Amino acid sequence: MKILVTLQSNDIAPRFDLATEVLIAKIVRGKISGEPRTVLLPGPGSDELCSLIIREEASLVICGGIEESHFQYLVWKKIEVIDRVIGPAAQAIALAMAKQLRSGAILRSETERSGVS
Amino acid sequence: MTETEETNTFRPDLIDILNGVPHGIALVDQDLRIIMMNRFLEALTGYSGEESRGISCDYVLHSSFGRNDQVFRQALEAGVSCSIEGDILGLNRKKIPMRFTATPVVEPGQGRQALVLVLEDITVFQEIDRKKEAGPAKGLLGHSPKMQEIFELLPVLAHTDSSVLITGETGTGKDLLAEAVHQASKRSKYPFIKVNCGALPESLLESELFGHMRGAFTGAHADKHGMFQLAQGGTIFLTEIGDLPLPLQVKLLTVLDDREFFPLGSQKKVRVDVRLITGTHRDLKQLVQEGKFREDLFFRLNVLRVHLPALRERDGDVRLLIDHFLQMFAASFSKGVKRLSAQALRLLNSYRYPGNVRELRNIIEYGVNICRGEVIEVEHLPPYVLADAGKAPRAKDVSVSRESGEKTAGVAVPEIPDNASSWSAIEKKQILTALMQTGGSRTGAAKKLGWGRTTLWRKMKEYELG
Repeated sequence: MKILVTLQSNDIAPRFDLATEVLIAKIVRGKISGEPRTVLLPGPGSDELCSLIIREEASLVICGGIEESHFQYLVWKKIEVIDRVIGPAAQAIALAMAKQLRSGAILRSETERSGVS
Repeated sequence: MTETEETNTFRPDLIDILNGVPHGIALVDQDLRIIMMNRFLEALTGYSGEESRGISCDYVLHSSFGRNDQVFRQALEAGVSCSIEGDILGLNRKKIPMRFTATPVVEPGQGRQALVLVLEDITVFQEIDRKKEAGPAKGLLGHSPKMQEIFELLPVLAHTDSSVLITGETGTGKDLLAEAVHQASKRSKYPFIKVNCGALPESLLESELFGHMRGAFTGAHADKHGMFQLAQGGTIFLTEIGDLPLPLQVKLLTVLDDREFFPLGSQKKVRVDVRLITGTHRDLKQLVQEGKFREDLFFRLNVLRVHLPALRERDGDVRLLIDHFLQMFAASFSKGVKRLSAQALRLLNSYRYPGNVRELRNIIEYGVNICRGEVIEVEHLPPYVLADAGKAPRAKDVSVSRESGEKTAGVAVPEIPDNASSWSAIEKKQILTALMQTGGSRTGAAKKLGWGRTTLWRKMKEYELG
Protein backbone atom coordinates (compact mmCIF):
# COMPACT_ATOMS: atom_id res chain seq x y z
CA MET A 1 0.00 0.00 0.00
CA LYS A 2 1.07 3.59 -0.63
CA ILE A 3 0.41 6.62 1.53
CA LEU A 4 0.54 10.01 -0.15
CA VAL A 5 0.84 13.19 1.92
CA THR A 6 0.56 16.71 0.51
CA LEU A 7 3.61 18.56 1.71
CA GLN A 8 4.73 22.05 2.75
CA SER A 9 8.26 21.92 4.16
CA ASN A 10 8.01 18.96 6.55
CA ASP A 11 4.37 19.57 7.39
CA ILE A 12 1.13 18.59 5.74
CA ALA A 13 0.23 21.34 3.26
CA PRO A 14 -2.66 23.48 4.54
CA ARG A 15 -4.54 23.08 1.28
CA PHE A 16 -4.79 20.24 -1.22
CA ASP A 17 -5.33 22.61 -4.18
CA LEU A 18 -2.30 24.73 -3.33
CA ALA A 19 0.16 21.93 -2.59
CA THR A 20 3.20 21.80 -4.86
CA GLU A 21 4.96 18.88 -3.22
CA VAL A 22 3.91 15.41 -2.08
CA LEU A 23 5.52 12.70 0.01
CA ILE A 24 4.90 9.11 -1.01
CA ALA A 25 5.62 6.30 1.44
CA LYS A 26 5.42 2.64 0.48
CA ILE A 27 4.17 0.41 3.28
CA VAL A 28 5.05 -3.26 3.24
CA ARG A 29 3.86 -5.53 6.06
CA GLY A 30 3.09 -2.58 8.32
CA LYS A 31 6.46 -0.93 7.85
CA ILE A 32 7.77 1.84 5.61
CA SER A 33 9.70 0.23 2.81
CA GLY A 34 12.76 2.24 1.80
CA GLU A 35 13.03 6.00 1.91
CA PRO A 36 9.75 7.91 1.35
CA ARG A 37 9.82 9.70 -1.99
CA THR A 38 9.22 13.45 -2.43
CA VAL A 39 7.65 14.51 -5.71
CA LEU A 40 7.70 18.16 -6.79
CA LEU A 41 4.66 19.13 -8.82
CA PRO A 42 4.91 21.54 -11.76
CA GLY A 43 2.40 23.78 -9.99
CA PRO A 44 -0.59 23.75 -7.67
CA GLY A 45 -3.86 22.22 -8.87
CA SER A 46 -6.36 19.74 -7.50
CA ASP A 47 -7.01 17.95 -10.79
CA GLU A 48 -3.33 17.33 -11.51
CA LEU A 49 -2.83 16.14 -7.95
CA CYS A 50 -5.75 13.71 -8.22
CA SER A 51 -4.25 12.33 -11.45
CA LEU A 52 -0.91 11.82 -9.70
CA ILE A 53 -2.61 10.03 -6.80
CA ILE A 54 -4.36 7.67 -9.22
CA ARG A 55 -1.16 7.14 -11.22
CA GLU A 56 0.83 6.36 -8.10
CA GLU A 57 -1.91 3.95 -6.97
CA ALA A 58 -1.94 5.47 -3.51
CA SER A 59 -4.52 3.93 -1.22
CA LEU A 60 -4.43 6.59 1.49
CA VAL A 61 -4.15 10.36 1.10
CA ILE A 62 -3.35 12.58 4.07
CA CYS A 63 -3.94 16.27 3.43
CA GLY A 64 -5.06 19.59 4.87
CA GLY A 65 -8.19 21.28 3.53
CA ILE A 66 -9.66 19.69 0.41
CA GLU A 67 -12.73 20.61 -1.60
CA GLU A 68 -15.72 18.30 -1.39
CA SER A 69 -15.71 17.49 -5.13
CA HIS A 70 -12.10 16.24 -5.08
CA PHE A 71 -12.63 14.45 -1.78
CA GLN A 72 -15.61 12.59 -3.24
CA TYR A 73 -13.72 11.82 -6.43
CA LEU A 74 -10.90 10.15 -4.52
CA VAL A 75 -13.35 8.24 -2.32
CA TRP A 76 -15.15 7.10 -5.48
CA LYS A 77 -11.78 5.86 -6.73
CA LYS A 78 -11.62 3.79 -3.53
CA ILE A 79 -8.88 5.92 -2.03
CA GLU A 80 -9.15 6.71 1.67
CA VAL A 81 -8.73 10.42 2.44
CA ILE A 82 -7.89 11.75 5.89
CA ASP A 83 -8.20 15.52 5.56
CA ARG A 84 -7.85 18.66 7.69
CA VAL A 85 -4.79 17.18 9.38
CA ILE A 86 -2.29 19.67 10.81
CA GLY A 87 1.23 18.68 11.73
CA PRO A 88 4.44 16.96 10.57
CA ALA A 89 4.00 14.58 7.65
CA ALA A 90 6.18 11.87 9.21
CA GLN A 91 4.12 11.85 12.41
CA ALA A 92 0.91 11.67 10.38
CA ILE A 93 2.18 8.67 8.40
CA ALA A 94 3.20 6.89 11.61
CA LEU A 95 -0.23 7.46 13.15
CA ALA A 96 -1.99 6.42 9.95
CA MET A 97 -0.05 3.17 9.90
CA ALA A 98 -1.16 2.57 13.48
CA LYS A 99 -4.76 3.33 12.36
CA GLN A 100 -4.85 6.20 14.84
CA LEU A 101 -5.07 9.16 12.51
CA ARG A 102 -8.42 10.89 12.23
CA SER A 103 -9.69 13.73 10.12
CA GLY A 104 -9.15 17.15 11.71
CA ALA A 105 -6.27 15.95 13.91
CA ILE A 106 -3.70 18.45 15.15
CA LEU A 107 -0.38 16.73 15.67
CA ARG A 108 1.68 19.59 17.08
CA SER A 109 3.33 18.69 20.35
CA GLU A 110 3.06 21.02 23.35
CA THR A 111 6.76 21.97 23.10
CA GLU A 112 6.22 23.16 19.55
CA ARG A 113 3.41 25.40 20.75
CA SER A 114 5.34 26.93 23.62
CA GLY A 115 6.56 29.88 21.56
CA VAL A 116 3.11 31.47 21.62
CA SER A 117 2.82 35.02 22.90
CA MET B 1 -24.64 51.45 42.86
CA THR B 2 -26.83 53.15 40.28
CA GLU B 3 -27.74 51.57 36.96
CA THR B 4 -25.40 53.97 35.07
CA GLU B 5 -22.48 53.16 37.37
CA GLU B 6 -23.12 49.46 36.87
CA THR B 7 -23.10 49.96 33.11
CA ASN B 8 -19.88 51.96 33.25
CA THR B 9 -18.05 49.34 35.32
CA PHE B 10 -19.25 46.35 33.30
CA ARG B 11 -16.13 44.73 31.78
CA PRO B 12 -16.94 41.51 29.93
CA ASP B 13 -14.24 39.11 28.71
CA LEU B 14 -12.79 39.96 25.30
CA ILE B 15 -13.62 36.50 23.98
CA ASP B 16 -17.26 36.91 25.03
CA ILE B 17 -17.43 40.10 22.99
CA LEU B 18 -15.75 38.44 20.01
CA ASN B 19 -18.16 35.50 20.28
CA GLY B 20 -21.01 37.91 19.76
CA VAL B 21 -19.69 39.06 16.37
CA PRO B 22 -21.12 37.20 13.35
CA HIS B 23 -17.74 37.10 11.54
CA GLY B 24 -14.72 34.90 12.03
CA ILE B 25 -12.17 36.65 14.24
CA ALA B 26 -8.69 35.47 15.16
CA LEU B 27 -5.99 37.14 17.19
CA VAL B 28 -2.56 36.16 15.88
CA ASP B 29 0.93 36.97 17.10
CA GLN B 30 3.78 38.54 15.12
CA ASP B 31 4.59 35.17 13.54
CA LEU B 32 0.94 34.87 12.51
CA ARG B 33 0.30 32.05 14.99
CA ILE B 34 -3.13 31.76 16.54
CA ILE B 35 -3.58 33.27 19.99
CA MET B 36 -7.36 33.02 20.11
CA MET B 37 -10.35 32.53 17.81
CA ASN B 38 -13.98 33.42 18.30
CA ARG B 39 -16.75 30.84 18.23
CA PHE B 40 -17.79 31.76 14.70
CA LEU B 41 -14.33 30.97 13.36
CA GLU B 42 -14.18 27.76 15.40
CA ALA B 43 -17.39 26.64 13.71
CA LEU B 44 -16.07 27.69 10.33
CA THR B 45 -12.75 25.88 10.60
CA GLY B 46 -13.76 22.96 12.81
CA TYR B 47 -10.83 23.57 15.15
CA SER B 48 -11.20 24.90 18.66
CA GLY B 49 -9.34 28.04 19.69
CA GLU B 50 -7.59 26.13 22.44
CA GLU B 51 -6.20 23.35 20.25
CA SER B 52 -5.23 25.84 17.51
CA ARG B 53 -3.23 28.03 19.87
CA GLY B 54 0.33 28.46 18.62
CA ILE B 55 -0.34 27.07 15.16
CA SER B 56 0.33 29.19 12.10
CA CYS B 57 -3.00 30.66 10.99
CA ASP B 58 -2.80 29.44 7.37
CA TYR B 59 -2.84 25.81 8.63
CA VAL B 60 -5.95 26.45 10.70
CA LEU B 61 -7.81 28.68 8.25
CA HIS B 62 -6.87 26.73 5.11
CA SER B 63 -6.77 30.10 3.41
CA SER B 64 -5.82 30.76 -0.19
CA PHE B 65 -2.80 32.82 0.85
CA GLY B 66 -0.66 29.91 1.99
CA ARG B 67 2.81 31.32 2.39
CA ASN B 68 1.77 34.52 0.60
CA ASP B 69 1.01 36.29 3.84
CA GLN B 70 2.98 39.44 2.97
CA VAL B 71 -0.12 41.60 3.27
CA PHE B 72 -0.58 40.61 6.90
CA ARG B 73 3.10 41.12 7.63
CA GLN B 74 2.94 44.50 5.91
CA ALA B 75 0.00 45.46 8.15
CA LEU B 76 2.17 44.61 11.15
CA GLU B 77 5.13 46.54 9.78
CA ALA B 78 3.22 49.63 8.72
CA GLY B 79 0.94 49.56 11.74
CA VAL B 80 -2.09 50.22 9.57
CA SER B 81 -5.14 48.13 8.89
CA CYS B 82 -5.46 46.46 5.50
CA SER B 83 -7.95 44.29 3.67
CA ILE B 84 -7.50 41.58 1.11
CA GLU B 85 -9.85 39.13 -0.53
CA GLY B 86 -9.27 35.42 -0.76
CA ASP B 87 -10.99 32.25 0.32
CA ILE B 88 -10.85 29.53 2.93
CA LEU B 89 -11.79 25.86 2.89
CA GLY B 90 -14.35 25.42 5.63
CA LEU B 91 -15.18 22.44 7.80
CA ASN B 92 -17.69 21.19 5.23
CA ARG B 93 -14.93 21.21 2.55
CA LYS B 94 -16.60 24.16 0.87
CA LYS B 95 -14.58 27.04 -0.56
CA ILE B 96 -15.86 30.25 1.04
CA PRO B 97 -14.85 33.61 -0.45
CA MET B 98 -13.64 35.86 2.35
CA ARG B 99 -12.49 39.38 2.93
CA PHE B 100 -9.60 39.32 5.39
CA THR B 101 -9.12 42.52 7.35
CA ALA B 102 -5.92 42.64 9.36
CA THR B 103 -5.65 45.25 12.08
CA PRO B 104 -2.48 45.56 14.17
CA VAL B 105 -2.92 45.90 17.92
CA VAL B 106 -0.40 46.56 20.67
CA GLU B 107 -0.70 45.03 24.12
CA PRO B 108 -0.95 47.89 26.64
CA GLY B 109 2.11 48.10 28.86
CA GLN B 110 3.86 45.14 27.22
CA GLY B 111 4.28 46.74 23.80
CA ARG B 112 3.88 43.34 22.12
CA GLN B 113 2.29 43.47 18.69
CA ALA B 114 -0.46 41.23 17.45
CA LEU B 115 -2.88 41.20 14.56
CA VAL B 116 -6.65 40.95 14.65
CA LEU B 117 -7.87 39.04 11.61
CA VAL B 118 -11.52 39.49 10.72
CA LEU B 119 -12.91 37.07 8.14
CA GLU B 120 -16.02 38.31 6.42
CA ASP B 121 -17.97 35.97 4.15
CA ILE B 122 -18.28 37.83 0.82
CA THR B 123 -20.12 35.15 -1.16
CA VAL B 124 -23.07 37.49 -1.67
CA PHE B 125 -20.88 40.46 -2.59
CA GLN B 126 -18.98 38.36 -5.12
CA GLU B 127 -22.26 37.39 -6.73
CA ILE B 128 -23.14 41.08 -7.01
CA ASP B 129 -19.64 41.86 -8.32
CA ARG B 130 -20.01 39.14 -10.96
CA LYS B 131 -23.24 40.76 -12.11
CA LYS B 132 -21.57 44.15 -12.10
CA GLU B 133 -18.64 42.80 -14.12
CA ALA B 134 -21.11 41.81 -16.78
CA GLY B 135 -22.09 45.43 -17.24
CA PRO B 136 -23.19 47.97 -14.63
CA ALA B 137 -20.49 49.40 -12.39
CA LYS B 138 -17.55 48.10 -14.36
CA GLY B 139 -14.49 50.17 -13.54
CA LEU B 140 -15.99 51.73 -10.43
CA LEU B 141 -14.28 50.39 -7.36
CA GLY B 142 -14.79 51.07 -3.70
CA HIS B 143 -15.60 49.46 -0.38
CA SER B 144 -16.12 52.69 1.54
CA PRO B 145 -19.61 53.33 2.92
CA LYS B 146 -19.99 56.35 0.61
CA MET B 147 -19.26 54.26 -2.47
CA GLN B 148 -21.48 51.44 -1.24
CA GLU B 149 -24.32 53.98 -1.11
CA ILE B 150 -23.64 54.83 -4.75
CA PHE B 151 -23.60 51.15 -5.74
CA GLU B 152 -26.89 50.63 -3.93
CA LEU B 153 -28.37 53.61 -5.74
CA LEU B 154 -27.19 52.42 -9.15
CA PRO B 155 -30.08 49.99 -9.87
CA VAL B 156 -32.57 52.70 -8.83
CA LEU B 157 -30.99 55.16 -11.27
CA ALA B 158 -30.94 52.54 -13.99
CA HIS B 159 -34.58 51.55 -13.67
CA THR B 160 -35.94 55.01 -14.36
CA ASP B 161 -35.77 57.35 -17.33
CA SER B 162 -35.48 60.53 -15.28
CA SER B 163 -32.56 62.90 -15.74
CA VAL B 164 -29.56 62.27 -13.54
CA LEU B 165 -27.15 64.94 -12.36
CA ILE B 166 -23.79 63.60 -11.25
CA THR B 167 -21.69 65.99 -9.24
CA GLY B 168 -18.24 65.52 -7.82
CA GLU B 169 -14.71 66.82 -8.03
CA THR B 170 -12.60 66.20 -11.07
CA GLY B 171 -11.34 62.62 -11.33
CA THR B 172 -13.99 61.07 -9.09
CA GLY B 173 -15.46 58.91 -11.86
CA LYS B 174 -18.51 60.81 -13.10
CA ASP B 175 -18.08 59.40 -16.62
CA LEU B 176 -17.80 55.85 -15.32
CA LEU B 177 -20.92 56.22 -13.21
CA ALA B 178 -22.87 57.69 -16.13
CA GLU B 179 -21.86 54.78 -18.34
CA ALA B 180 -22.65 52.33 -15.55
CA VAL B 181 -26.15 53.76 -15.24
CA HIS B 182 -26.60 53.46 -19.00
CA GLN B 183 -25.28 49.89 -19.11
CA ALA B 184 -27.62 48.83 -16.32
CA SER B 185 -30.65 50.47 -17.95
CA LYS B 186 -33.00 49.14 -20.59
CA ARG B 187 -31.33 51.54 -23.02
CA SER B 188 -28.03 49.64 -22.81
CA LYS B 189 -28.39 48.11 -26.28
CA TYR B 190 -28.56 51.64 -27.75
CA PRO B 191 -25.67 54.14 -27.90
CA PHE B 192 -24.08 55.94 -24.98
CA ILE B 193 -22.81 59.29 -26.23
CA LYS B 194 -20.62 61.58 -24.18
CA VAL B 195 -20.22 65.26 -24.97
CA ASN B 196 -17.96 67.64 -23.06
CA CYS B 197 -19.79 70.96 -22.92
CA GLY B 198 -16.66 72.80 -21.88
CA ALA B 199 -14.52 71.59 -24.76
CA LEU B 200 -16.12 73.44 -27.67
CA PRO B 201 -17.07 77.06 -28.43
CA GLU B 202 -20.80 77.86 -28.38
CA SER B 203 -21.41 77.76 -32.15
CA LEU B 204 -19.65 74.45 -32.62
CA LEU B 205 -21.24 72.94 -29.53
CA GLU B 206 -24.73 73.69 -30.81
CA SER B 207 -23.92 71.98 -34.08
CA GLU B 208 -22.29 69.09 -32.21
CA LEU B 209 -25.33 68.57 -29.99
CA PHE B 210 -28.19 69.25 -32.34
CA GLY B 211 -26.66 68.85 -35.81
CA HIS B 212 -26.91 71.17 -38.80
CA MET B 213 -28.18 71.32 -42.35
CA ARG B 214 -25.99 71.93 -45.37
CA GLY B 215 -25.33 75.65 -45.72
CA ALA B 216 -26.41 76.51 -42.17
CA PHE B 217 -23.11 78.32 -41.68
CA THR B 218 -19.82 78.82 -43.48
CA GLY B 219 -18.14 75.47 -43.81
CA ALA B 220 -21.33 73.43 -43.37
CA HIS B 221 -20.90 71.52 -46.62
CA ALA B 222 -23.21 68.68 -45.75
CA ASP B 223 -26.03 67.75 -43.40
CA LYS B 224 -24.75 66.49 -40.06
CA HIS B 225 -26.59 64.63 -37.34
CA GLY B 226 -26.10 65.96 -33.84
CA MET B 227 -25.20 63.87 -30.82
CA PHE B 228 -28.82 63.85 -29.66
CA GLN B 229 -29.82 62.13 -32.89
CA LEU B 230 -26.87 59.73 -32.74
CA ALA B 231 -27.88 58.74 -29.20
CA GLN B 232 -31.42 57.90 -30.35
CA GLY B 233 -32.88 55.29 -28.01
CA GLY B 234 -29.85 55.47 -25.74
CA THR B 235 -28.28 57.90 -23.31
CA ILE B 236 -26.49 61.19 -23.83
CA PHE B 237 -24.05 62.25 -21.14
CA LEU B 238 -23.32 65.96 -21.06
CA THR B 239 -20.24 66.39 -18.93
CA GLU B 240 -19.20 69.81 -17.56
CA ILE B 241 -22.80 70.97 -17.95
CA GLY B 242 -21.90 74.00 -15.84
CA ASP B 243 -19.90 75.29 -18.83
CA LEU B 244 -22.90 75.15 -21.20
CA PRO B 245 -23.47 78.64 -22.68
CA LEU B 246 -26.76 80.33 -21.70
CA PRO B 247 -28.34 80.30 -25.22
CA LEU B 248 -27.76 76.57 -25.47
CA GLN B 249 -29.24 76.08 -22.01
CA VAL B 250 -32.57 77.35 -23.40
CA LYS B 251 -32.40 74.93 -26.31
CA LEU B 252 -31.53 72.05 -24.01
CA LEU B 253 -34.47 72.91 -21.80
CA THR B 254 -36.77 72.77 -24.83
CA VAL B 255 -35.38 69.37 -25.81
CA LEU B 256 -35.96 68.05 -22.32
CA ASP B 257 -39.52 69.35 -22.24
CA ASP B 258 -40.65 68.60 -25.80
CA ARG B 259 -38.24 65.82 -26.78
CA GLU B 260 -37.77 67.61 -30.10
CA PHE B 261 -35.61 70.38 -31.57
CA PHE B 262 -34.61 72.14 -34.79
CA PRO B 263 -31.10 71.30 -36.04
CA LEU B 264 -29.11 74.41 -37.10
CA GLY B 265 -30.51 75.80 -40.34
CA SER B 266 -33.35 73.31 -40.49
CA GLN B 267 -37.04 74.07 -40.79
CA LYS B 268 -37.96 70.57 -39.77
CA LYS B 269 -38.24 69.45 -36.18
CA VAL B 270 -36.39 66.31 -35.13
CA ARG B 271 -37.94 64.10 -32.51
CA VAL B 272 -35.62 62.17 -30.20
CA ASP B 273 -35.99 59.59 -27.48
CA VAL B 274 -32.85 60.03 -25.42
CA ARG B 275 -32.15 59.81 -21.73
CA LEU B 276 -30.09 62.69 -20.37
CA ILE B 277 -27.36 62.33 -17.77
CA THR B 278 -25.34 65.39 -16.88
CA GLY B 279 -22.19 65.82 -14.86
CA THR B 280 -20.28 68.71 -13.40
CA HIS B 281 -17.59 69.53 -10.89
CA ARG B 282 -19.09 72.99 -10.39
CA ASP B 283 -21.70 74.05 -7.87
CA LEU B 284 -24.72 74.57 -10.13
CA LYS B 285 -26.72 76.25 -7.39
CA GLN B 286 -23.97 78.82 -7.03
CA LEU B 287 -23.95 79.33 -10.81
CA VAL B 288 -27.73 79.86 -10.70
CA GLN B 289 -27.25 82.52 -8.02
CA GLU B 290 -24.57 84.18 -10.12
CA GLY B 291 -26.93 84.19 -13.11
CA LYS B 292 -24.65 81.91 -15.13
CA PHE B 293 -27.00 78.95 -15.15
CA ARG B 294 -30.74 78.90 -15.73
CA GLU B 295 -32.71 77.98 -12.67
CA ASP B 296 -35.42 76.17 -14.64
CA LEU B 297 -32.81 74.01 -16.36
CA PHE B 298 -31.14 73.32 -13.04
CA PHE B 299 -34.43 72.01 -11.60
CA ARG B 300 -35.01 70.00 -14.77
CA LEU B 301 -31.58 68.35 -14.54
CA ASN B 302 -31.55 67.95 -10.80
CA VAL B 303 -34.26 65.27 -10.75
CA LEU B 304 -31.97 62.51 -9.51
CA ARG B 305 -28.76 63.79 -8.05
CA VAL B 306 -25.73 61.71 -7.20
CA HIS B 307 -22.67 63.14 -5.57
CA LEU B 308 -19.47 61.20 -6.04
CA PRO B 309 -17.26 61.57 -2.98
CA ALA B 310 -13.71 62.86 -3.26
CA LEU B 311 -11.09 60.17 -2.74
CA ARG B 312 -9.98 61.70 0.57
CA GLU B 313 -13.54 61.12 1.88
CA ARG B 314 -13.56 57.45 0.86
CA ASP B 315 -12.27 55.60 3.91
CA GLY B 316 -10.08 52.66 2.99
CA ASP B 317 -10.54 52.99 -0.78
CA VAL B 318 -7.06 54.41 -1.40
CA ARG B 319 -5.49 51.07 -0.51
CA LEU B 320 -8.00 49.14 -2.61
CA LEU B 321 -7.40 51.37 -5.64
CA ILE B 322 -3.62 51.23 -5.17
CA ASP B 323 -3.73 47.43 -5.30
CA HIS B 324 -6.06 47.51 -8.30
CA PHE B 325 -3.96 49.97 -10.33
CA LEU B 326 -0.72 48.27 -9.29
CA GLN B 327 -1.92 44.92 -10.63
CA MET B 328 -3.35 46.55 -13.72
CA PHE B 329 -0.22 48.49 -14.70
CA ALA B 330 2.21 45.75 -13.67
CA ALA B 331 0.32 43.38 -15.97
CA SER B 332 -0.04 45.81 -18.85
CA PHE B 333 3.62 46.93 -18.74
CA SER B 334 4.84 43.36 -18.03
CA LYS B 335 6.72 44.56 -14.97
CA GLY B 336 7.55 42.52 -11.89
CA VAL B 337 6.30 45.17 -9.46
CA LYS B 338 4.41 43.45 -6.66
CA ARG B 339 3.77 45.94 -3.89
CA LEU B 340 4.52 49.29 -2.32
CA SER B 341 6.84 49.70 0.63
CA ALA B 342 5.31 50.58 4.00
CA GLN B 343 6.75 54.10 3.72
CA ALA B 344 5.33 54.66 0.23
CA LEU B 345 1.95 53.35 1.37
CA ARG B 346 1.93 55.65 4.34
CA LEU B 347 2.82 58.59 2.12
CA LEU B 348 0.05 57.76 -0.35
CA ASN B 349 -2.41 57.33 2.51
CA SER B 350 -1.60 60.81 3.77
CA TYR B 351 -1.74 62.51 0.36
CA ARG B 352 -4.76 64.73 -0.34
CA TYR B 353 -5.45 63.73 -3.98
CA PRO B 354 -6.83 66.96 -5.44
CA GLY B 355 -7.16 65.01 -8.71
CA ASN B 356 -8.87 62.11 -6.94
CA VAL B 357 -8.86 58.60 -8.47
CA ARG B 358 -7.44 59.83 -11.76
CA GLU B 359 -4.47 61.29 -9.92
CA LEU B 360 -3.92 58.14 -7.85
CA ARG B 361 -4.02 56.11 -11.06
CA ASN B 362 -1.36 58.38 -12.61
CA ILE B 363 0.82 58.16 -9.49
CA ILE B 364 0.74 54.35 -9.57
CA GLU B 365 1.37 54.31 -13.32
CA TYR B 366 4.41 56.56 -12.72
CA GLY B 367 5.62 54.32 -9.89
CA VAL B 368 5.27 51.11 -11.90
CA ASN B 369 7.17 52.68 -14.79
CA ILE B 370 9.99 54.06 -12.66
CA CYS B 371 10.40 51.10 -10.29
CA ARG B 372 12.92 48.51 -11.46
CA GLY B 373 12.43 46.00 -8.70
CA GLU B 374 9.45 44.38 -7.02
CA VAL B 375 8.71 47.05 -4.43
CA ILE B 376 7.75 50.64 -5.18
CA GLU B 377 9.63 52.83 -2.74
CA VAL B 378 9.02 56.49 -1.87
CA GLU B 379 11.62 57.62 -4.39
CA HIS B 380 9.67 55.91 -7.19
CA LEU B 381 6.68 58.18 -6.59
CA PRO B 382 6.27 61.50 -8.44
CA PRO B 383 8.21 64.30 -6.70
CA TYR B 384 5.09 66.47 -6.31
CA VAL B 385 3.57 63.84 -3.99
CA LEU B 386 6.57 64.15 -1.69
CA ALA B 387 6.51 67.93 -1.91
CA ASP B 388 2.79 68.05 -1.11
CA ALA B 389 3.19 65.64 1.79
CA GLY B 390 5.56 68.15 3.32
CA LYS B 391 2.97 70.94 3.11
CA ALA B 392 -0.37 69.94 4.51
CA PRO B 393 -1.22 66.32 5.08
CA ARG B 394 -4.79 65.16 5.54
CA ALA B 395 -5.74 65.93 9.11
CA LYS B 396 -7.42 62.58 9.55
CA ASP B 397 -4.47 60.62 8.29
CA VAL B 398 -1.89 62.45 10.29
CA SER B 399 -3.37 60.94 13.40
CA VAL B 400 -3.33 57.52 11.74
CA SER B 401 0.27 58.01 10.69
CA ARG B 402 1.24 59.16 14.13
CA GLU B 403 -0.46 56.20 15.61
CA SER B 404 1.20 53.84 13.19
CA GLY B 405 4.51 55.55 13.77
CA GLU B 406 4.21 54.72 17.43
CA LYS B 407 3.19 51.18 16.70
CA THR B 408 5.98 50.49 14.27
CA ALA B 409 8.66 52.19 16.33
CA GLY B 410 11.52 49.79 16.77
CA VAL B 411 9.89 47.05 14.73
CA ALA B 412 10.37 47.36 11.00
CA VAL B 413 10.82 51.01 10.12
CA PRO B 414 12.31 52.56 13.24
CA GLU B 415 13.64 55.54 11.33
CA ILE B 416 10.15 56.82 10.58
CA PRO B 417 9.31 59.77 12.79
CA ASP B 418 5.88 60.39 14.26
CA ASN B 419 4.85 62.86 11.60
CA ALA B 420 5.53 60.27 8.93
CA SER B 421 3.37 61.98 6.37
CA SER B 422 5.97 64.70 5.88
CA TRP B 423 8.73 63.44 3.63
CA SER B 424 10.87 66.49 4.32
CA ALA B 425 10.65 65.78 8.04
CA ILE B 426 11.54 62.13 7.46
CA GLU B 427 14.54 63.06 5.34
CA LYS B 428 15.67 65.74 7.76
CA LYS B 429 15.53 63.29 10.63
CA GLN B 430 17.36 60.65 8.57
CA ILE B 431 20.18 63.12 7.93
CA LEU B 432 20.39 64.09 11.58
CA THR B 433 20.37 60.45 12.71
CA ALA B 434 23.12 59.57 10.21
CA LEU B 435 25.22 62.54 11.31
CA MET B 436 24.80 61.63 14.96
CA GLN B 437 25.69 58.00 14.30
CA THR B 438 28.85 58.99 12.45
CA GLY B 439 29.93 61.56 15.01
CA GLY B 440 29.26 64.44 12.65
CA SER B 441 31.26 63.05 9.75
CA ARG B 442 29.61 64.16 6.54
CA THR B 443 31.45 61.56 4.48
CA GLY B 444 30.30 58.82 6.86
CA ALA B 445 26.74 60.13 6.96
CA ALA B 446 26.57 60.36 3.17
CA LYS B 447 27.82 56.78 2.92
CA LYS B 448 25.30 55.63 5.51
CA LEU B 449 22.48 57.31 3.63
CA GLY B 450 23.66 55.94 0.31
CA TRP B 451 24.16 59.43 -1.12
CA GLY B 452 27.12 61.29 -2.56
CA ARG B 453 28.71 64.01 -0.43
CA THR B 454 27.32 66.66 -2.75
CA THR B 455 23.75 65.35 -2.36
CA LEU B 456 24.12 65.40 1.40
CA TRP B 457 25.53 68.91 1.28
CA ARG B 458 22.69 70.08 -0.96
CA LYS B 459 20.03 68.52 1.25
CA MET B 460 21.63 69.88 4.41
CA LYS B 461 21.53 73.32 2.84
CA GLU B 462 17.90 72.77 1.81
CA TYR B 463 16.91 71.82 5.34
CA GLU B 464 19.14 74.48 6.85
CA LEU B 465 21.22 71.94 8.71
CA GLY B 466 24.56 73.35 7.65
